[in-house]
Amino acid sequence: MLASTRGDTAQGANGLRWLSGLKGATGPLIGLILLCLFLTVATDKFMSLRNILNILDQISVLGIMAVGMTLVILIGGIDLAVGSVLALTMMVMGYLANTAGMPMGPAILLALLVAGLSGAVSGLMITLFRVPAFIATLAMMSVARGLANMITDGQQIVGFPSWFSMLAYTRLGGFLTLTVAIMLVVFVAGWLYLRYSAGGRSLYAIGGNPEVARLAGIHVNAFTVGVYVVSGLLAGLAGVVLAMRLDSVQPTAGVSYELDTIAAVVIGGTSLTGGRGGILGTIIGVLIIGVLRNGLNLLGVSPFMQAVVIGVVIALAVAAEAFKKAK
Amino acid sequence: MTNPQTAPILSLKQIRKSYGSLEVLHGVDLDVRAGEVVALLGENGAGKSTLSNIISGTVQPSSGQMTWQGVAYAPASPRAAMDAGVGMIHQELKLLPQLSIAENVFVGRYLTKGGRIDRPAMEERAHAGLRRLGLDISPARLVEGLSTANQQLIEIAKALTLNAKLLILDEPTAALGGEETQLLFRQIERLKAEGVGIIYISHRLEEIRQIADRIVVMRDGAKVQEFDRGDVPIRTIVEAMVGRSLDRMFPAIPAPQTETTLEVRGLTAPSGRFRDISFSVQKGEVFGIAGLVGAGRTELVRAITGADPIASGEVLLHGRPATPRNPRDAIRNGVVLVPEDRKLQGVVLDHSIAENIGYANLRDVAGGGPITARKLHDFAEGLIAKFGVKGRGTQNAGELSGGNQQKVVLAKWLARKPQVVVLDEPTRGIDVGARSSIYELIMELAREGVAVIVVSSDLEEVLGVSNRIMVMAQGKQAGILDRKDANDVSVMELATI
Repeated sequence: MLASTRGDTAQGANGLRWLSGLKGATGPLIGLILLCLFLTVATDKFMSLRNILNILDQISVLGIMAVGMTLVILIGGIDLAVGSVLALTMMVMGYLANTAGMPMGPAILLALLVAGLSGAVSGLMITLFRVPAFIATLAMMSVARGLANMITDGQQIVGFPSWFSMLAYTRLGGFLTLTVAIMLVVFVAGWLYLRYSAGGRSLYAIGGNPEVARLAGIHVNAFTVGVYVVSGLLAGLAGVVLAMRLDSVQPTAGVSYELDTIAAVVIGGTSLTGGRGGILGTIIGVLIIGVLRNGLNLLGVSPFMQAVVIGVVIALAVAAEAFKKAK
Repeated sequence: MTNPQTAPILSLKQIRKSYGSLEVLHGVDLDVRAGEVVALLGENGAGKSTLSNIISGTVQPSSGQMTWQGVAYAPASPRAAMDAGVGMIHQELKLLPQLSIAENVFVGRYLTKGGRIDRPAMEERAHAGLRRLGLDISPARLVEGLSTANQQLIEIAKALTLNAKLLILDEPTAALGGEETQLLFRQIERLKAEGVGIIYISHRLEEIRQIADRIVVMRDGAKVQEFDRGDVPIRTIVEAMVGRSLDRMFPAIPAPQTETTLEVRGLTAPSGRFRDISFSVQKGEVFGIAGLVGAGRTELVRAITGADPIASGEVLLHGRPATPRNPRDAIRNGVVLVPEDRKLQGVVLDHSIAENIGYANLRDVAGGGPITARKLHDFAEGLIAKFGVKGRGTQNAGELSGGNQQKVVLAKWLARKPQVVVLDEPTRGIDVGARSSIYELIMELAREGVAVIVVSSDLEEVLGVSNRIMVMAQGKQAGILDRKDANDVSVMELATI
């Protein structure tokens, strides 16, 4: 929703206006702060620059995908294919660069093209053939995973130029890695688009009520396809980032990432029915998942237990928002 | 007819309802006798819905007593009211389209035999209920695909099957055409004869005369007047409803200019819902389209505005071809639609007024730069003031009354300076008081030289606002009447060809 929504008049609190973009995510923000405070007290390693930078590195893949997913969910859709598209992009890039001997640059671009195309196919299934988004992207999820496996018959590809993987570890100015920088750029671009552009505002209209949007002259089908293309592209970009981080690509990468991504978006207050939410909330959602994982690791909680905790957090976050709304 | 001496089956004494510090019902008394129709009238917000929700157990009163068939009555839930014999039929039908008629009638209380659903028994009893309403359709049929009128009757059958002795009908004819309304009225007469008491809520005052035995008028949460008969002049009722005397319901109609703005030639829908329609609308003319429900009026105007596909024929603007393929084409040509169903097609209910107005004007709001909250606001506030929308730009559209929502839809379009404005049922579900401001806006558009098309099922409205009226019947144009030749008889004659 826009900054102008109730309780925040145009006159009031100009300095904090940007915060109003958090509408629907103030609860998660408080949760995130409390979580950080708790971990600062409970562990001695959490509140260190090194650990914070670590967390940022760890969430870069999730963060990039979550921006695309936010757009998709805002228009009332869902994209289950992002994890598989991520793997497919990695494998196409790995095959082109390693097996076919193509330079990294063109290999990455071609791989991203494949990612965008798979998004376009999902989008066209939804708009032209009226396949529900859930089913269209479920189909794409299966197809992309299969294709990713077919490229090397299920084998991983290792060995990229050393500069490539160093991008994930060299801290620019001793601070941010390129992968984190990519995530931040995607965050800012997504935020600006949704908040300040006619296209971004149109997505809210489509999610609010597609028929109203169509009758208002908004090109609903074109926007829908576009949003799935962006979601695919960003999943692909996340795949490239993951390849940098792992210095290898494998067709099993990104399994169940779509669920993490949807969880981050939903924790961040974007409504699954569409028309409500935004990037700031998603960033908080991504941070909550990242900090929670990191903190639970520091506390020595088993990965199995971590899954339980994250599930509970998702349920609590959404229930709290629904409860607040009902009041 | 009613015997006024009989004791009421339902009696309300000093019913009050407050939400927090806000009292919305100020001590209302109401009696309903067996076998009579009490029309409950009032503008939106007058308290009719709250009162009927109290009677049907959806809302609990803050104070006051109710007596039902001689004993104290305080239903804690709709289910409790239903068990006591009070059924409410809501304006928005609450049927499950994928279930059969019998299943809908018994939903939540399926008849069982030996732990299994007893379909034959349910169908038999449902059928008996339907027969009572003169409706002979198979109860095994799915609700999906039934006409609105029949769905309405099924809702009533559902209440009857539960042995309702009192029915509350909330705007039962809002979505019905003239013929369907008559069918419903015949069934209501039947129920009266069987001794069922009926509270009848409607905005269509002309039908009250026909169906009501008594009239209760509410305003601002209080009962303001009661008439012991149904045939009260509409003007008298309206004056009681709005609390002031009305000089006229419809504003003066400006004369159209000679230049032709819109021309439609041989327009036909792929579905055949309208066929071979040809007419033209002049600059500054209000062109009415009348007809029964299902005559193809909505489909026709949706096609003209690009919302629905066109199979053949063409649309011309100022003599140039302008057949739209989608709403974007039409909007670009300056042809805009104010759709029939505001809540589903006109506004996004849980988005703000400013955003709703912005959605049709995003490029203009942006002005080549970014869209900021302030720009959106400034853009919307001017229009909100201009069109007299009672609300702030930051308020959600869902919080507004129907009349104000309609003004938001109008404001959204008029910001674009359209050449043709098509209004489909512009005042459906809108209070009498707010209607006149919508009519005033229509005339203002005409004076500015806009060609206006008004589709309405409300005959008085179509007659009151139009320079010319095209009557449609079963997808064909039955004729075009000049204002001076048009009256309810001449229009209905054409509509029922």
